[in-house]
Amino acid sequence: MATSTSPRGWRLVGRYALLISMTVLILFPIWVMLVGAFKPGNKVLQDPLLPTNVTLDTLRQAWRDGNLGRSLVNSTVVAVIVTVAQVVTAVLSAYAFAFLKFPGRTLVFGVFLATLLVPFEATVVVNRSTVQDLGWLNSYQGLAVPFLATAFGTFLVRQVFLTLPKDLREAARMDGLGHLGFLREVAVPLARPTLGALALFSFLSTWNQYLWPTTISTEDDWNTVQSGLRVLSQAQIDKPNLVIAGTVIVALPIFLVLLIFQRQLVRGLTAGAVKG
Amino acid sequence: MAYCGAVADVRLNALTKVFDGVTAVDDVSLEIADRDFMILLGPSGCGKSTVLRMIAGLEDPTSGDVMIGGARVNDVEPKQRDVAMVFQSYALYPHKTVQANIEFPLKVRGVSKPDRAAQAQRAAATLGLTEYLDRKPGQLSGGQRQRVALARAIVRSPAVFCMDEPLSNLDAKLRGETRAELVALHARLSSTFVYVTHDQVEAMTMGTHVAVMSRGRLEQVGTPQEVYARPASVFVAQFIGTPPMNVLPMGVVFDRPFLVGVRPEHVEFDASSSCRATVSLIEHLGHETLVHLDVGATRVVARVDGDRDTSLVHRVGDEVGVLFPDRHLHHFDPTTMKRVEQ
Amino acid sequence: MTTAATAATAARRRRWRDAPFALALLTPSLVILGAFVLYPLARAFWLGHQRCDPTGANCRSNGWDQYIDVFRSEEFQQALGVTVRFSLLTVPVGLALGVALAVLADKQIRGMSLFRTVFSSTVATSVAVASLMWFFLLNPSVGVLAEWIGGVAKSPGLLRDEGTALWAVAISSIWANLGFTFIVVTAGLQSIPADLYESAYVDGADGWMRFSNVTIPMLGPTLLFVGVVLTSRAFQSYGEFDLLTGGGPNGSTTSLTYLVYGNNSVIKSNSGLQAAVAVLLFGVLLALSVLQIRGVERRVHYGD
Repeated sequence: MATSTSPRGWRLVGRYALLISMTVLILFPIWVMLVGAFKPGNKVLQDPLLPTNVTLDTLRQAWRDGNLGRSLVNSTVVAVIVTVAQVVTAVLSAYAFAFLKFPGRTLVFGVFLATLLVPFEATVVVNRSTVQDLGWLNSYQGLAVPFLATAFGTFLVRQVFLTLPKDLREAARMDGLGHLGFLREVAVPLARPTLGALALFSFLSTWNQYLWPTTISTEDDWNTVQSGLRVLSQAQIDKPNLVIAGTVIVALPIFLVLLIFQRQLVRGLTAGAVKG
Repeated sequence: MAYCGAVADVRLNALTKVFDGVTAVDDVSLEIADRDFMILLGPSGCGKSTVLRMIAGLEDPTSGDVMIGGARVNDVEPKQRDVAMVFQSYALYPHKTVQANIEFPLKVRGVSKPDRAAQAQRAAATLGLTEYLDRKPGQLSGGQRQRVALARAIVRSPAVFCMDEPLSNLDAKLRGETRAELVALHARLSSTFVYVTHDQVEAMTMGTHVAVMSRGRLEQVGTPQEVYARPASVFVAQFIGTPPMNVLPMGVVFDRPFLVGVRPEHVEFDASSSCRATVSLIEHLGHETLVHLDVGATRVVARVDGDRDTSLVHRVGDEVGVLFPDRHLHHFDPTTMKRVEQ
Repeated sequence: MTTAATAATAARRRRWRDAPFALALLTPSLVILGAFVLYPLARAFWLGHQRCDPTGANCRSNGWDQYIDVFRSEEFQQALGVTVRFSLLTVPVGLALGVALAVLADKQIRGMSLFRTVFSSTVATSVAVASLMWFFLLNPSVGVLAEWIGGVAKSPGLLRDEGTALWAVAISSIWANLGFTFIVVTAGLQSIPADLYESAYVDGADGWMRFSNVTIPMLGPTLLFVGVVLTSRAFQSYGEFDLLTGGGPNGSTTSLTYLVYGNNSVIKSNSGLQAAVAVLLFGVLLALSVLQIRGVERRVHYGD
């Protein structure tokens, strides 16, 4: 008897059929985008699902017209600054909450907690005028400074610090380490997996920011890739495949980053869901 | 090294520690001589660890003084006290190799790399760890980790060693072996040891002196033999010795009532004795046999050598005569629970 | 000095000993959070009560009833309705699809790591990338979907028809969030101890009973977390409206955030009104999280 006729076998076939059809559904928009980006402008209506007339011209033109090189540099600079700063500020403040006793600790922690409830979208109006008053419109400071610290990162790192045995801190004290030494030699190395997840999470959310860069980057040279795409899509509204080529250029690097750091991403995204 | 000539006696003056209104250590004064092996002994929660942590500098006294080598060190950071500590959990750095763990206190003190490697290797050799130097703590057995913790403590040759129940996470066999090694280590290092335990066997076998604590207070200080032979209080009498000393309410001394204590090994059987008892339970432990007796309303335990086959002599339910020889009796005041000398 | 007084001074000194260092560690975070989260919120509260003339100039304090006026206004009510409908369209479907994908992929069979990578992949798309991808698909003149579906999709286009625009945006948003939901639910599934399934199997529970009696209850905290994140994302959605519909047609896709920040927003130049809507958005989200947290306490089963 053929194995596939057993109920178990049929169930497996069914599962594969579902998996494959879901794969097709999910990849469909990505496929259409890729095909469109590699077609010349006048052939975009021809075989929208098949890679015919493949050319790099559309991508080249999108790169040039959308000023995407500059946008990629801007996005990278801002995302790197924000990521490094968020990890550092989170480590510092988490250390204070986890290892130091000081009057008002609960209160200050409560204030941190409260900031998690404030949606960024509710603060953009005022933040924009703050940034404008500081003369930071169209600048790296303007794009990065509001995000240099987050309560989320502080909580995440504090949670890890709290799981370190108390004896470890005391052993370090006996060995002669002060707080900064303990932070550098013991706490940070032991929190490294979490710090990696936090870094990837910060990088990704900064890279993907949309409202803020479109609000404060009014000159093309200060666009991030997201606000740059917006500008491209509005300028080339009648050239859809130019826009889609720009989208491919913007999407590609982050796809690669995530393929490399899949494990950290899972940790970062699930950090809030799985309690310690 | 310089410390060799230093006198590292530890003196505690009226030391008190209050945590959130709860007095953990209450007016403890204690002198620990240079090169002594002092055991702080007591049940959990009696304040012995807190005393140790105040000596190490991990806890600040609420009042009173800690003196090391004649100097008051209350406000001196642990780092400057020339004190090392071995923790119950060992507290090894999980991300560092054994070698790096042992070297670490030297690294913090700025010892050059070749020097500290050499010293770490020497300390590791002393404790038989040479072949594990490249491993991480997670790859070691409990006994090996404990040795790494010891090596990390001895590597910088401190004047005072503090140990907080370092053997309690080992199995019984390993604990017995390590006890002997610690005694040998103490003899070799010529440092002062302060050792916290709730295990009276560790106290009796390792200490040159034992300080028994209860509820934050010091009950008695003495050599293990003194503490066993002349317990200063009912608490000490019953805490040291297995099974504990029998304490019976009887008798009057100098017109005052008193309690009489007698250790199980000193209870004698004598058919002609006027003191009658009923055998309620017999426990054969191999090398010894425990006979539980009801003397009136009081339960008394007698210990008999294992090679005397008591099953032939006594059975549960038998009525026997017992004797408490005078020279083995301890007297305690029933109100203060302190020893009364006759 | 008496010993008691000395002890008290010493205790106070100890209490404050770490304070300067703690302050130094916390200062960077406090400055940023203070200047860019707490201050703007407080300032928005203040701005929100000021009335400005139609050009946005001459703002004056004039009682706090502007909040009530804004809340009652037709624009706000419509945007709130759009936002709520958008959440109701995206969250349940997104959650159900994510769980279905995760359960489907929760089996060690050949090729599964590839399927998992595919199902996670949309997490890599930013809102701009995902929106423009769907804009291309739905574009009435070049889009494949328009060609296939025909009718409204061809003219004026799904994004330009009042009846379908919100649905079309919702589809793009569901697609974009699927990767995130899949990853988190998969992690949740993997944390369910295998012996629970085995004991249910021994008890004779079939596949569906195992799913409804073991999987779903044990996933409780995970589902709640994903639900909270998806809902608050839906309430804060801006980019997809900005790129796909521009809030139109006829305000049918003007969400709360788009009402405040959108290009075609009627209140774009009135900082008082903008702030008032932003504060109300904060209030709505706050109420939502309070409701959800209370829901957690009551219903969700936490594994020990």
